[in-house]
Amino acid sequence: MLRIVFQAAFLTAVVAVLLYLLDNLVYNLERLGFPTGLDSLDYLRQSAGFAIPNSDFRSSQSLLDALIVGVQNTAKVSLLGIVLATVLGVVVGVARLSSNWLVRRGAAAYVEGFRNVPVLIIIVFLWLGVFLQLPPIGRAVEFLDIVVLSNRGLVVPWFDKVGSGAAFGLVAVVGLLLAAAVWIWRTRRFDRTGQPHRRFLWAGGILLGVLAVGFFATGRPWVLATPERGELSTAGGFRLAPEYAALLLGLTLYTASHIAEIVRGSILGVARGQSEAANAVGLSGFQRLRFVVLPQAFRISIPPVANQYLNLVKNSSLGVAVSYYEVTKITQVSISQRAPAVQAILVLMAIYLVFSLSIAFVTNLINRRMTLKGR
Amino acid sequence: MATRVDTLEPMPAPERPPERRLSPREWMRENLFGSWLDTILTIAFGLVVAWLVYRLGKFVFVDARWEIIERNITNLMVSRFPRDELWRVWAALLVLAPSLGFGAGTAAATRRRREVEEGRAAPPERASALRRAGPALLLVTVLLWFAQSFQATLLTLAVGALGAVGYFVGRRVSLSGARAALVVLAGIVVAYLLVTASGGVGWEDWGGFMLTVFLAVGGILLAFPFGVLLALGRRSTLPVVRAVCVAYIELFRGVPLIAVLFMGAFMIGFLLPQGFDRPSLVTRALIALVLFTAAYVAEIVRGGLQGVPTGQIEAAQALGLSPVRITIRIVMPQALRTVIPGLVGQFISLFKDTSLVAIIGLTELLNVSRNITAQPDFIAQGLIIETLIFAAFVYWTGAYWMSRESQRLERRLGLGER
Repeated sequence: MLRIVFQAAFLTAVVAVLLYLLDNLVYNLERLGFPTGLDSLDYLRQSAGFAIPNSDFRSSQSLLDALIVGVQNTAKVSLLGIVLATVLGVVVGVARLSSNWLVRRGAAAYVEGFRNVPVLIIIVFLWLGVFLQLPPIGRAVEFLDIVVLSNRGLVVPWFDKVGSGAAFGLVAVVGLLLAAAVWIWRTRRFDRTGQPHRRFLWAGGILLGVLAVGFFATGRPWVLATPERGELSTAGGFRLAPEYAALLLGLTLYTASHIAEIVRGSILGVARGQSEAANAVGLSGFQRLRFVVLPQAFRISIPPVANQYLNLVKNSSLGVAVSYYEVTKITQVSISQRAPAVQAILVLMAIYLVFSLSIAFVTNLINRRMTLKGR
Repeated sequence: MATRVDTLEPMPAPERPPERRLSPREWMRENLFGSWLDTILTIAFGLVVAWLVYRLGKFVFVDARWEIIERNITNLMVSRFPRDELWRVWAALLVLAPSLGFGAGTAAATRRRREVEEGRAAPPERASALRRAGPALLLVTVLLWFAQSFQATLLTLAVGALGAVGYFVGRRVSLSGARAALVVLAGIVVAYLLVTASGGVGWEDWGGFMLTVFLAVGGILLAFPFGVLLALGRRSTLPVVRAVCVAYIELFRGVPLIAVLFMGAFMIGFLLPQGFDRPSLVTRALIALVLFTAAYVAEIVRGGLQGVPTGQIEAAQALGLSPVRITIRIVMPQALRTVIPGLVGQFISLFKDTSLVAIIGLTELLNVSRNITAQPDFIAQGLIIETLIFAAFVYWTGAYWMSRESQRLERRLGLGER
């Protein structure tokens, strides 16, 4: 009984405080002429009034469209960042345990160097101190006529779309399904007969084959375009804008230093006896790492690494400091363009919550599958 | 993780082979040129490292134009803090140093006494004291080097000396933890009053590194009690209380700090009733940092609470203690001792994260570093590299020093783990 009374009182107090703040909010918003009721999100349909660099977005499109572009840009930098940071982090983490003194110490210096500096400073430094200090386009550095590096960014050859991609997309899906089927078949066969499965070779070969045949069969929908340097800009190829490059590289370097520590800890967390047993049954150094140590270390490291992925997604909001137009930058710009600040910030927080909760959900699923049963 | 070995007695720790002193040649064979692959790796990697070290060394000691830092060192430290009132900052430091030293000394003495009681006293580490303070000393030396001021050097030495005196007094006088904390708190209050009271400068006009430190320390101190309450709420058996606390924690852990800072900068003004002036930007940033950090502190403290064995609580219940007293007297002291390293880690994060307030326009260390490159004497000369390296160095020495100290603390606390 006392518990219920106390909880009711607690809830009343919390709700009262929230209502009080909400009341003030509504009052202040109305005083300044912002809509507050059901139409308070109508501002999303107004035209944005600003253009987004490196996209097809025009200033006459709505703020909602701008936010969608922002979410795409956040995803673009986050996904690539996660992949790169994982690769670099695992390499550095393993290097920290190398028997080679120089490699070990070098990796340690990298980790301690990047872990203890604010990620914002790394990103701003890469932007202002590295990428924008590159020579202007007129004196751009070119490598073999295929890569152009200047303070407008890095331009690399890329595929130009000339035909319809839909048919090829269909072929790609079929190829993926085929590869998956072959993967399962090889695995089952291995389970049954114990003969080497080589499923990676099989599935990868089939996928590549299907893609190659499909590419020519659908009439070569893409051609490779090398960048052509003009007076003020480059044409063709894919341009890595300095903002994007700085944010991506900064996030990668910073997050990799954290992942490296997790990888190192996880490898050390695998019982010594496991390594010794692997040596005793005559596995090579690589086999020991690949089949005994890393699978177990991987399992330990899932939760903390997932946490780092989450941090990376959240840190991608620092694009706001280098004018990379992800959701936070777009929110900031739209507030300066007279969008209602309160709603814009709440929408921003909601977007990030969706990001965070979905990543947390996926990693929980993986984690549940990977943890050993019955202990 | 691995196979569990079920033995009745704990396995004796394997005896370590005696350390063999290697000649430099043997050492190199073992650590650098063990195999062909190793040799190739060493040479390739060595070339890269040598090139990096050469480039960095050449830049720092030859090419860099550090004049911009020398001329702006006061700017970088305090930004637009009125120069006539700078004596207040020095006076505050002169008060702060002995009281903090006293606190550290008491903590060291208490820990030592406990270790002796539990019969696991580590040998005193006198030789390493200088090494331990290495990064901090490096930072102070570099700052003084740039300041090139006799007065500042003298005052810094005085601050250091007073801190040392406080430390040794703290080790001798055996005060209880609570009283020592009071001494430290008194020092902080007096220092704060010295800066702000009677014609002083309120925190809304602080800037530079001083603002960075203020936001980090103020943020963690204010977030701590809030975070403890949230952690207790999350562990509560009352579903409503638990739900509210979980919602708060997950909300603030799910959004980036910059979104919370935007909330502080743009939204707080809207939440106040009519007639209330919007607090200054520094205050709003501080509120945002506290709201954000509290969620993380709550999760750290929750970890500590979970680590307290249930037997402790059951024993207290058997003795007839009330739930409130069990929490305050039995659970919290044990939990808080184990979460200290986690809290230090959170403090380091916060220290680095304060750089984000630059985005909402506060002139803390990072923002000053960017602004000074726009001065007429220095504009458009690419000096941003020098200033950002300086800022990164200040953050790095601070964060690295604290993280090393916290690892050391963790090891020492870990010795007493059940």
